[in-house]
Amino acid sequence: MSMKKGKKILSECIRMVLLLVAVSIVAFILITKAPIDPLVSYIGTNSTLSTEAKQEIAQYWGLNDPLPQRFLTWAGHVLKGDFGTSITYKKPVIEVIKSRFLYSGILMLLAWVLSGVLGFVLGVICGLRQGGIFDRIIKLICFILKSAPTFWIGILVLTVFSVQLGWFPIGMAAPAGKLAADVTIGDRIYHLILPVLTLTVVNISEVVLYTRQKMIEIINQDFILYAKARGESLWQIVRRHVLRNIALPAITVQFASFSELFGGMALAENVFAYPGIGTATTAAAMNADVPLLLGIALFSAIFVFIGNLIANILYGIFDPRTREEAGDA
Amino acid sequence: MLRRSNGKGWNGRSRVFILLIVATVYLVGIFVWGITMNPVKYGVNYSEKLVSPCIKHLFGTDFMGRDMFYRSIKGLSNSIRIGLIASVISSIVALILGIVAAIWGGWIDKVINWCVDLCMGLPHLVLLILISFMMGKGVRGITVAVALTHWPSLTRIVRAEVMQVRNSQYVQAAYKMGKTKVQVAVTHILPHVLPAYLIGLVLLFPHAIMHESAVTFLGFGLPAEMPAIGVILAESMNYIVTGKWWLAFFPGILLLMAVLLFDGIGESLKKLWNPGSGNE
Repeated sequence: MSMKKGKKILSECIRMVLLLVAVSIVAFILITKAPIDPLVSYIGTNSTLSTEAKQEIAQYWGLNDPLPQRFLTWAGHVLKGDFGTSITYKKPVIEVIKSRFLYSGILMLLAWVLSGVLGFVLGVICGLRQGGIFDRIIKLICFILKSAPTFWIGILVLTVFSVQLGWFPIGMAAPAGKLAADVTIGDRIYHLILPVLTLTVVNISEVVLYTRQKMIEIINQDFILYAKARGESLWQIVRRHVLRNIALPAITVQFASFSELFGGMALAENVFAYPGIGTATTAAAMNADVPLLLGIALFSAIFVFIGNLIANILYGIFDPRTREEAGDA
Repeated sequence: MLRRSNGKGWNGRSRVFILLIVATVYLVGIFVWGITMNPVKYGVNYSEKLVSPCIKHLFGTDFMGRDMFYRSIKGLSNSIRIGLIASVISSIVALILGIVAAIWGGWIDKVINWCVDLCMGLPHLVLLILISFMMGKGVRGITVAVALTHWPSLTRIVRAEVMQVRNSQYVQAAYKMGKTKVQVAVTHILPHVLPAYLIGLVLLFPHAIMHESAVTFLGFGLPAEMPAIGVILAESMNYIVTGKWWLAFFPGILLLMAVLLFDGIGESLKKLWNPGSGNE
């Protein structure tokens, strides 16, 4: 049985890796087909390099080769960990991505956990009290939030908390004019709160609505009625029967939402001028910074893939139907 | 049920119908109003810079004295137009791919499914930016980007719908009578998936509009001189620090309303179509 499960996970991983390769090919084609001179896209418009140095770069990245060969050259360098040098930040792409992903990672992790936990609890309460005042209000808010553009919510949060109330800084990850070494953890948290709040608010509605729906499905089942007849209290029913049934599907959905999380992060970062991957993406695309853009595209794809992979594995392991197939029932 | 409909005067069905009509009138109204609007209405007027909302300027004016109410309406109308074109293209792609995948099956199905996974492999926003970047931004870039990225989920829906009738007797009978796969697809399968497809198309609009404005907001969509909600909100970023909240608040509400109403139309159609909830 566990052999089969292991095999399933392995084949899932292989499928994912193949997809990842395909995604990087698509991203490569999209970026290199942009109406920019390939050499300029690697050294920037106001480069002061000599002709020989330029030729060396063109040689190194195979810029004058046909597309398939150019892709292979790029992929070869990437596999060795060389993504080239970012024009925008004048640093190796891998370094830019490393430092920026750290910022974005914290932001996304906090918002992901917060929206997941808070959304789950709200969804459970709404499902238990279906049709009640609390349920209706939360449902209405969630429907509105689902339709609200992320960047607009970000701007509203910024207007209310930073401009009107003056509680929080306008943006950035640290106070302006302070040396990087002097920035304390307190500063970092202070500057993180609003972006995290925005991203949480944007992501929460899906979890709430999904959990609520599942909750209603479960609560109307016969075994819940039987548990009630046995004299179990509401809390006992929730703890023993309901949570077991809905916690994993909800976690799975939360993992599958990495793509939206990334998009929301990019928008929120741009509103708050937070120096993460999101602002780097727009800066890279604005400056036609091809090496950085390719690097970010690849890393964002890996990010989404990890989410989907975990979601798929969770589905495979915890869906009773797939378990029966494997002879575990 | 009977008591409820007597008490409120409307039953679920007619309430849904009314919502449907109101939402459609609102959206078509904004769309037509924006298209036929005289550009003078949101033109530059330096004598009335940054006026806060009042009777004359419902949404206030911006740093060039442009009336934000008319500019927002025009912008939303532009968004709806692009969303319309893009989602129609996207949905036709989805319809064809979904039917082909389900009927032909085998490796064709595998390839199409793989393409769907591929398209969902990159974060949606990153894919939008990349395509728009390749097309050189602007109206064309954003339309192509939105059109090329919204078909995967609808393809899955159409495919699942076709799977349901693929083996039903009337389809099998048609095959036995010597009809080709294309004939069966057009005469027997297409009518069956049409409702699900149309509902999917309506539900695609809000996504298309929202993604268009998001990409425009980031600077990879509509050009800055064109009225668009994304452009307006991006510009407002420079002024909210000084307390000009109306520059962002009202245009955003307008966009939110449009997205909410399109969503409402789609969901009501779904309810009406589903026999289980259609007669509530």
